[in-house]
Amino acid sequence: MARAAGIGGSFGRERTTLHAWLMLAPAMILLVAFTHYPALATIWHSFFSTPKGARPARFIGAENYAVLADDPVFWLVLKNNLIYALGTVPLSIGIALAMALWVNGRIRGKAAMRMAYFVPTVLPMIAVANLWLFFYTPDYGLIDRMTRLLFGWGPTNWIGSQETALGAMMMVAIWKEAGFFMIFYLAALQAIPPVLHEAAAVEGASRFYTFRRVTLPLLGPTTLFIAVNAVINGFRLVDHIIVMTHGGPDNATALLLTYIYDVGFRYWDTALASALTVVLLLILCLLAAAQFLLMGRRTHYR
Amino acid sequence: MSFASHPDDAIRLADVRKQFGDTAALAGVSLKAKPGSFVVLLGPSGCGKSTLLRVLAGLEQATSGTIELSGRDVSRLPPAQRGISMVFQSYALFPHLSVAENIVFGLKARGVPAADRAARLKDAAALVGLGHLLERRPSQLSGGQQQRVALARAIVAQAPICLMDEPLSNLDAKLRNEMRREIRALQQRLKLTMVYVTHDQAEAMSMADQVVLMRDGHVEQDASPAELYARPATRFAATFIGTPPMSLVRLTAGEGGAVLEGAPGHVLAPAQAAGQWLGVRPEEIVLSDAEGLPAGIAGAEFLGGETVLSCVIGTGTQVLQVRVPGLCALPVGTPVRLRLPQTLHLFDDATGRRIEDFPSNLASPFSSKDNATCR
Ligand SMILES: Nc1ncnc2c1ncn2[C@@H]1O[C@H](COP(=O)(O)OP(=O)(O)O)[C@@H](O)[C@H]1O
Ligand SMILES: [Mg+2]
Repeated sequence: MARAAGIGGSFGRERTTLHAWLMLAPAMILLVAFTHYPALATIWHSFFSTPKGARPARFIGAENYAVLADDPVFWLVLKNNLIYALGTVPLSIGIALAMALWVNGRIRGKAAMRMAYFVPTVLPMIAVANLWLFFYTPDYGLIDRMTRLLFGWGPTNWIGSQETALGAMMMVAIWKEAGFFMIFYLAALQAIPPVLHEAAAVEGASRFYTFRRVTLPLLGPTTLFIAVNAVINGFRLVDHIIVMTHGGPDNATALLLTYIYDVGFRYWDTALASALTVVLLLILCLLAAAQFLLMGRRTHYR
Repeated sequence: MSFASHPDDAIRLADVRKQFGDTAALAGVSLKAKPGSFVVLLGPSGCGKSTLLRVLAGLEQATSGTIELSGRDVSRLPPAQRGISMVFQSYALFPHLSVAENIVFGLKARGVPAADRAARLKDAAALVGLGHLLERRPSQLSGGQQQRVALARAIVAQAPICLMDEPLSNLDAKLRNEMRREIRALQQRLKLTMVYVTHDQAEAMSMADQVVLMRDGHVEQDASPAELYARPATRFAATFIGTPPMSLVRLTAGEGGAVLEGAPGHVLAPAQAAGQWLGVRPEEIVLSDAEGLPAGIAGAEFLGGETVLSCVIGTGTQVLQVRVPGLCALPVGTPVRLRLPQTLHLFDDATGRRIEDFPSNLASPFSSKDNATCR
């Protein structure tokens, strides 16, 4: 009896395991085929030369990386991307929080305001880019009309001149992202029981003190989530650059991702593109790890 | 109670109204309370107790009327400047702060020096028995412990007036009784003026110096627990207080005075009381074998130490409840006789108000002071 039960039991366990693998299989296959394998393959390829015609790829060690280190465009692109991330991440988060606090308060036409702020999120990035192409049009675009009206400035070629192009691209990204992040902040704000603010008011806390000591800490997990996404977007969100400037003028708006695209699919140097991709992945991994370590420890999860 | 101004009143409200759109949550509330007294706002759900407390705290602005606390007109002041502390029904503890940080939150916000803060934290925590839990987060505490943190946060402020909105409603029955006594003891020890909201009349009666019974946004009766029990001012007050509450029956005209339908021979009140309502406390009725109001058992509810009998009067339909000690399992339909107490309560049919001074020493059905037991 006992043996039979034992055998039955182990047979049952095997069947359960088999079932589990069968259930996992579809997702596993997709993940491996389209995520894990390409990632590993990219790292692999970055140590080989680009195959050209009859010449197959051969192992060249870190030579691709050495080429990058000597490539002034790579360093320019890296600098551009750091400026782009440092500008868009804090600004889009800050504006999202400010808008959420504003829309969450007791104001008239709350629902309409929320809609208005959310619209950029719904629009595809290509449509956004076209919209902003119009805004930035020299002389009769929206921006130039406003600067003329307010400051009496002459026409400016916002996306055509080296000094303003990157800033103009950052504007578009912030405009697109802030509304999206606002929705998360709004949801988090509404999950904070109003009675906490009443308790703080009774305890004599000013509005700023309450914000600093109650609201902001309770938004911690949301802020961490948003920050990680914002940083990733700081390297990923380049659709509008491709549409509006192609990385120009003279690489002033070229970022890591647009450069990878150029190297890989315009110059067809796929090995160098692989090396660039590995650099991008490394940067993102380091940043995400740093964020979780620095902020995660100080974040209160409910 | 007169509303003559008294400089020593801790709380004085004059005709306070609060309108939410079309709803009048407070329809002209006036009351006053002495320093160090325990005032309970009592009433059914939705009668405006919380609104009144929040108006007192400054969390809601009164639509009209004046609020004086400790002799100052605070009607236009924010909560922080009213000299109050508050315990919320949900405790409203800050989930990301430790117990200690929760308790001293207000002291820190008000810039009390650190040394002073630490001393007051120690005192308050000791008073409510929290000394060993100061480093925990609220989520790591039981309901009763969270309640104590809220209490400590209120008393550490050393405000002369403390407001509490149904603070015990989330606790189980045993803990509730314990906390009742503790809150009362704390209030007396610290000489706080307490305004305490509850819908539980037993809680109100056991804790209060002064009960403010509310209904539909106005004060139905403002009196001591003893007065509220002995002389309910309205039919509503009569049926709100007591376990079970006072039974109300309608008097009709009969031979020789006012009687109950179905028991014509038993005159209970003078003839002019016909058409009004008679109130009798169930614990003051005595079952008897021979004399008294004829009735039949319609139901019995055993509560452990006592039994509540529902008795239909005579051949009629009106019901008086009778509370008798011990188990009294009389089957439905058993004929009994009820001896009513000397003290009867009479309420006007139209206004619902108590009719004072009617001669209640009419003859037959009243009980003498002999012992009352189940047969
Ligand atoms: N913020 C509000 N907006 C609209 N109506 C309210 C609000 N607060 C309370 N009320 C209404 O006022 C009345 C009294 O409510 P409340 O003071 O909470 O009663 P209680 O605490 O006695 O149960 C209720 O009819 C309630 O619906
Ligand atoms: Mg309430």
